[in-house]
Amino acid sequence: MRASWRETLLSYAFLAPALLLLAVFTFYPLLYGSYLGFTQYGGARFAQGLAPKWVGLDNFRTLISDPLFLTSLWNSLKYLLVVPVLQLASLAVAVLVSKELPGMAFFRAAFYVPVITSVSLAAVMWEWVYNRGGTLNWSLNLLHLLPQGGAFGWLNNPHTAFWAVMLVTFWRGFGYYMVLYLAGLQGIPTELEEAAVLDGASAWQRFWRVTVPMMRPTILLCTLLSTIAALRVLEEVLVLTGGGPLNSTYTALMYVYSKAFQGFNFDYGLASAAGLVIAVVALLLSIANFRLFRDAQGGER
Amino acid sequence: MSLVARSAARPAVRRRSPRRTGRAALRYALLLIVLVFAVFPFVWTLAIALTDKTAGGSIYDFPASLFPRRLTLINFAQVYTTFSLGKYIWNSVSIAGMTVVGTLLVSSLAAYPLARFRFPGRQLIFALIVATLVLPGETTFIVNTLTLKQLGLLGTHLGVVVPTIAGAFGIFLMRQAFLGVPTSLLEAARLDGASELTVLTRIMLPLTRPSLAALGIFTLVTTWNAYFWPMLVLSASPDLAPLSVAVLKLKGQFNYDPFNVAAGALIMMVPVLLVFLGAQRLFMRGLEGAVK
Repeated sequence: MRASWRETLLSYAFLAPALLLLAVFTFYPLLYGSYLGFTQYGGARFAQGLAPKWVGLDNFRTLISDPLFLTSLWNSLKYLLVVPVLQLASLAVAVLVSKELPGMAFFRAAFYVPVITSVSLAAVMWEWVYNRGGTLNWSLNLLHLLPQGGAFGWLNNPHTAFWAVMLVTFWRGFGYYMVLYLAGLQGIPTELEEAAVLDGASAWQRFWRVTVPMMRPTILLCTLLSTIAALRVLEEVLVLTGGGPLNSTYTALMYVYSKAFQGFNFDYGLASAAGLVIAVVALLLSIANFRLFRDAQGGER
Repeated sequence: MSLVARSAARPAVRRRSPRRTGRAALRYALLLIVLVFAVFPFVWTLAIALTDKTAGGSIYDFPASLFPRRLTLINFAQVYTTFSLGKYIWNSVSIAGMTVVGTLLVSSLAAYPLARFRFPGRQLIFALIVATLVLPGETTFIVNTLTLKQLGLLGTHLGVVVPTIAGAFGIFLMRQAFLGVPTSLLEAARLDGASELTVLTRIMLPLTRPSLAALGIFTLVTTWNAYFWPMLVLSASPDLAPLSVAVLKLKGQFNYDPFNVAAGALIMMVPVLLVFLGAQRLFMRGLEGAVK
């Protein structure tokens, strides 16, 4: 089928709206945003309508010497701890609901409900749970597990707020990955499982020796998605703690957002530079992910 | 090996050994724990929303807060009138409606030539669309708000909608659907002298209705729940904010009433829940994750 000029013209006419929108709102921001990272732009300069001023690596020097940025970057890296826990738990839950037993459809649907819950609703509900008088403290008290010093607000304590926010990310994510893993589990031949049962493998052994190795491609995909999402965490922080207390939940993207939009001293240049740093870290982590999984695979063969 | 394993394993499967029953019980016990974790916040919110607060008491009185003795629907009416919830519901409907229509339109238009024609530049366009899935988007929201400001769209519903409607997910989903339409049908239409636009609207779109519905439903749920982007675009015009943004403002009010907040939260959740229950199979297929 050779392309006629008519078909070509028609194709581009149909593609035009999508290409225009992608150009303006996806590709242009990428290029212009990267450029802004090397400029001074914002505050008074922006108000006077002046163009961005090229300053080379100045913004990056400012970032390195800004303890708040270093804290935020460290918090974002620490947030990656949610990834292995989330992935293993989602895979385990997927294994639990994968058997065709009565009630499984209900469990699957119920586990997915947090995924379709807005982050703002999650904030409303979880703040009550985490409140000083909330259900978390109440149930811990019932179990005689309440930490020393009695009840406290989990989001107001600099030692617990970070983990409390992370738990909400976990809550909103495990159903999503469960569905992806369920799709992957269908690709494992039942004979393998049955053979393992015959060989006397326990459920625990079967999970680690059969399910996890067979699911490696899906695990890689999910780990990648989840790593990037964790590194870019912003919404949960914004709605639950706003970065506090004592900056204990202040993440890297929170820094970008805050520099660009909060307060009167907004600084698009510095914010864009911070965004570039996060993008580079995300890229390095993606490469590391691939390497890790490839090496693990190669080692066993 | 598989044959041997199968024939040998079968009797073991048939028999109801106590060990098997024990394993099933363990499975259900674990599932119940996960269930409590997943749905507990909703159950408690529902209990709070239904509580008759005139009897006194706070949401932190346990176990009364979890098992309200006197039920009422007054909180729903109260939050609707005192907070003019209707306004925010309308904003949500307006933003979500425009986004769904725009996404369906732009995605099908773009997907049609990608599925049907070979033309110069096709590979490049493909590559560009795939690239949007992996490109870093950390600073996109900064530049996009600047662009919207220049276009005079900052602080409008259109400003929330327009930057989000073109995406790889929608385009690829529709392309896949169009590829499934038999070419003989299209050739017949062309012999009858139908224009490409007629082919698209009269043959392609009706035949790919399930995919259109899927894309529409995913877009609807995502947009309805979106928080950060609408919050940013509408930060200077709070009266235009959707429910997802407004519900957090409820919390910050000076006459903060948790019973009303719970009712407001449920009002926002119910439409999403109904859509999910109606289209459960769609979500469980993991379609979203395939491209997301």
